[in-house]
Amino acid sequence: MYCTYPTTHVESVTCGSRHSDGAVRYLSWVLVVEIEVDSDPSGSDDEGTQRRPNRRQGAGRGGAKGRGRGKKPPSEDEDEDEEDEAPRGRRPANKKKPAKKHGGGDEDESEDEAPKRKRKGAANRKKGGKAQDSDEEDNDVGKGKKGKKGGGRKGGKEAEDSKGKKGDAKGKDKGKDNDKDKKKKKKDDSSSDSNSDSDEEESLSEGEMARLMEEVEEKKKLIATIRNKPWRMKRRLLNLKEAQGFVDKFEGALGKGKGRKWFAYKVMMKKKWIKFQRDFENFRTACIPWERKIKEVESHFGSSVASYFIFLRWMYGMNLVLFGFTFGLVVIPEVLMGLPYGSIPRKTVPRAEQATAQDYSVLMDFQGYCKYSVLFYGFYNNQRTIGLLKFRLPLSYLMVGIGTFGYSLMVVIRTMAKNADVGGGDGDEGEFTFAWKMFTSWDYLIGNSETADNKYASITTSFKESIVDEQENQKDENIHLRRFLRVMANFLITCSLGGSGYLIYFVVKRSQEFANRTDLSWYEKNELELIMSLLGLVCPPLFETIAEMEDYHPRIALKWQLGRIFALFLGNLYTFLFALFDEVNTKLEEEDSIKNASLWAMKEYYANYTFMINDTDSTPPPMNPADIIRGPCWETAVGIEFVKLTVSDIQVSYLTILIGDFARAVIVRFLNYCWCWDLEAGFPSYGEFDISGNVLGLVFNQGMIWMGAFYAPGLVGINVLRLLSSMYYQCWAVMATNVPHERVFKASKSNNFYMGLLLLILFLSLLPVVYTIMTLPPSFDCGPFSGKAKMFDVIMETIDLDLPAFLGTIFSYAANPGLIIPAVLLMVLAIYYLNSVSEAYQNANMELKKKMQMARDEEKNRRNNTDSTNQVMKDLEDLLPNRSFMPPAPPSKPEKMPELEAKPTKTKPGSAGRGVNLQRDVTLASPNPNARGPVSRPPGPRGAGPAPGAGPGPGRGRGRGPPPR
Amino acid sequence: MGTTASQLGKDLLSEYQELTFLTKQEILLAHKRFTELLTKDEKDLPNTRVPVERILTLPELKSNPFRKRICHVFSTSEYKDGSLTFEDFLDLLSAFSDSATMEIKSHYAFRIFDFDDDGTLDCGDLEKLVNCLTGETDDTRLTTEEMRQLISNILEESDIDKDGTVNLSEFQHVISRSPDFVSSFKIVL
Repeated sequence: MYCTYPTTHVESVTCGSRHSDGAVRYLSWVLVVEIEVDSDPSGSDDEGTQRRPNRRQGAGRGGAKGRGRGKKPPSEDEDEDEEDEAPRGRRPANKKKPAKKHGGGDEDESEDEAPKRKRKGAANRKKGGKAQDSDEEDNDVGKGKKGKKGGGRKGGKEAEDSKGKKGDAKGKDKGKDNDKDKKKKKKDDSSSDSNSDSDEEESLSEGEMARLMEEVEEKKKLIATIRNKPWRMKRRLLNLKEAQGFVDKFEGALGKGKGRKWFAYKVMMKKKWIKFQRDFENFRTACIPWERKIKEVESHFGSSVASYFIFLRWMYGMNLVLFGFTFGLVVIPEVLMGLPYGSIPRKTVPRAEQATAQDYSVLMDFQGYCKYSVLFYGFYNNQRTIGLLKFRLPLSYLMVGIGTFGYSLMVVIRTMAKNADVGGGDGDEGEFTFAWKMFTSWDYLIGNSETADNKYASITTSFKESIVDEQENQKDENIHLRRFLRVMANFLITCSLGGSGYLIYFVVKRSQEFANRTDLSWYEKNELELIMSLLGLVCPPLFETIAEMEDYHPRIALKWQLGRIFALFLGNLYTFLFALFDEVNTKLEEEDSIKNASLWAMKEYYANYTFMINDTDSTPPPMNPADIIRGPCWETAVGIEFVKLTVSDIQVSYLTILIGDFARAVIVRFLNYCWCWDLEAGFPSYGEFDISGNVLGLVFNQGMIWMGAFYAPGLVGINVLRLLSSMYYQCWAVMATNVPHERVFKASKSNNFYMGLLLLILFLSLLPVVYTIMTLPPSFDCGPFSGKAKMFDVIMETIDLDLPAFLGTIFSYAANPGLIIPAVLLMVLAIYYLNSVSEAYQNANMELKKKMQMARDEEKNRRNNTDSTNQVMKDLEDLLPNRSFMPPAPPSKPEKMPELEAKPTKTKPGSAGRGVNLQRDVTLASPNPNARGPVSRPPGPRGAGPAPGAGPGPGRGRGRGPPPR
Repeated sequence: MGTTASQLGKDLLSEYQELTFLTKQEILLAHKRFTELLTKDEKDLPNTRVPVERILTLPELKSNPFRKRICHVFSTSEYKDGSLTFEDFLDLLSAFSDSATMEIKSHYAFRIFDFDDDGTLDCGDLEKLVNCLTGETDDTRLTTEEMRQLISNILEESDIDKDGTVNLSEFQHVISRSPDFVSSFKIVL
């Protein structure tokens, strides 16, 4: 109904800003009422008549009522409309009332005229607010007299009249508007509030109240989502918001006078909470380390290399947690509260070794003082509790050992699931590779021209690479030759894997021979580690060379390569483990005899003592802990093996980088000046970053940490240091010495392949540790479990001694096979069930996708010709009665639709008139017979706006283009 | 509001917070940075437009290949010269801020990529886009053959209604599946 007004906003703005909000608003309402009455004389006749005299009289009462009604239309329209309406309303209102009163405001007029409506919004807030305050006095006066005045001065001056009205309107506004402005509010409360509120209450019926409440809700929603609207013009937003805010506040306090404070408090808290969340999120993202470093690497080498570093960072995080557990719950309590070094035999270097215990070579082998330190299992005592806090160290040790695995499993699986979630989405992974590259590859954060150049380069490569990808998919050549070559390559690789396995087996056997000898050279002592490191060095490049024959796409080739190297490492690791088991078994046998010898020696010592001193009463001084005969303590031996392996691994990998990459780069760079061929482009060239090798090195290393951590708590610390240093070292090395891959390829987005490898190795390293914990007896004289038959007896002991008896019985029941087997059965069934459910979901997904595709095709066809391609749909459409009444689709449709699509958010909250227009547009454009046009709309202006999701009939939605998803 | 230049009013500030995705500090910082771009006498004038050349001296935009487009899209100037007022500037920062939604980001991304402002991404837009992304130097440019293939691939993927252009809803559909769009479509002062 407002669309008939000429839209001379500028003028209206001018006037609006001149007066206080309330006045303007009021006038606009009056106007609304007038319009309503004029346009619709039949409706609410008596009210209208009542109001008209009121208005003439200048008493604000009619206005108050009018507002109740007049308020409705804007609420029913869409929000944007309302702001349009307000100024429009103001203009005529202003005409009626010449601006005598607020001459001060006039000065701003010229200034405010130039900017558009938005300016007005802000201005009103600030300036208007002030004006209001100054007005307040006369308003109050006016109001106080209002009733009498209205009656008395029937034919009074126009100015006086409008003033009275204004005052009234404002007072009410404010009363309801629990604005930010405390000042205002207070004043209102004292004077006008009482007056107008009582007015309000009686004039508003229940239905109106409900309506208002509804409207408030709507506005609130709008205010919450206003920033989500991509309207270009801020001024529109601002205006809108202001109007909304006003109405919202005005309504907010309406129904519930008492709940106002509580409501405001709630709103405030909500805001605070949101803000806090935002800040926290910012803080969290700021806390992610090495983001910049990795970005830098990424900009140079592409995401595949960066994925290694991201993986490294992830590993670092996980190991940090493991480190925290191990050191916080085992090592530090032991250091702080446990018995000091030298107090008992297991914490003392034996007499025979003391001479060399501090030698560098011995320490480097983790013998001597290293061996008898908190780093290794053997140092820990089997006291049930230590220190004042009665810390149960053995229990804690076992729990940390198991918890390490538990936590790692949890984290790995969670990460995998998350990655699958992100990457998988709804199976669209491969669907938009090009479009994503195009639309999302630029990183808008780049503020450095050099980085930008890198980004250009990387984007170009990624484009090229994906084009190559695409071509790869299409080309086909001699498939037989390729198959033959692939089989051949696999054969060769299997051979070399077998060879390396045998080599390790051989070396392990030899080392067992060496174990019996004492005159060993350095090589013979370290043969095993050396061979393993060498194999790790030689085999991957060999595999890579062989893999050239296969001619896979680099991403697939990388996976194969990873798989093969993984097999190699795994073979090596397990051969090593079996050798270790042999060693442990011999040690266990040895231990029995030593145990006896130790006991015997102890007895001998006491016997000798009593014999020598000849005094049976005095207790002998305890034997010097260094002299007591000790068992071999296989746990520490295992721990030492792992630590040695880890350290040698670190050394080898760092040296490889230093020599293989850095030295090579230096030579190539500087010898190039005086060489017969181009070294940079020719044979040696610069190294490429070896992703597969590095990833596997990391995974494999982590496997050793997991296996060794139980027997050498210090290993986790070493690993953390290693990861930390290698982050910086490798970042430097890759930036300084390596060149990007010739065929830069994007790593598969989810790093789930790495994670899968990690999970596998975690499982494989879990096995031996759990096996040893569950079956092998712990050494009798070292470690936290000494003296027990099995390590896990600690738990039993705790249950028996520390927990109430009934818990013990519960546990014993729970451990009953009769319970465990059904539990396992249940789990298997659950897995089966979930599996089938997920399959069903997958099917449903596929089905939906198919439907979507079909809908799209349908749409397409609908655009091109009005005929439906889908036979079923066609039949259905034929059945529809209205078909013949529908206008045919205009041919200009395809050009028109994008236009509509481009600004859906702008058109959405269109005014009623506009909404109708748009709708007509759409219905005209839509050849869909289902859409019956505006007729099917629910009556009343509220439905006029194209409410999202509540469109009249499915046809309209379809006619508008692809459904928004 | 007539006098923005010197200081932001408290009410105004809170309104800006309500209307944008920016925090108070960010708005103040933006204001500071914006006033730095103004010349002396402009500072006294309300509602100043900063010409596009001066906006582009901001380091955050300097190396962005879409800098001109960004200014153009966010400008409310009648002359289409890409000059920005402070509120346009805030709009820009809000759309590029951390917490802006996918919807709003993709909307503006579409407008930025729509070089000829006709509401769809057609071949010409896509070609310009690719050229923006691959930089000015010749060695990173794609060959015409590659370009052709690339564009046809893109259209194949994202042009759902097969009208030869990508419209906003198609664009948003594609973008919404992308995991790293929201994180990369960001400008922080």
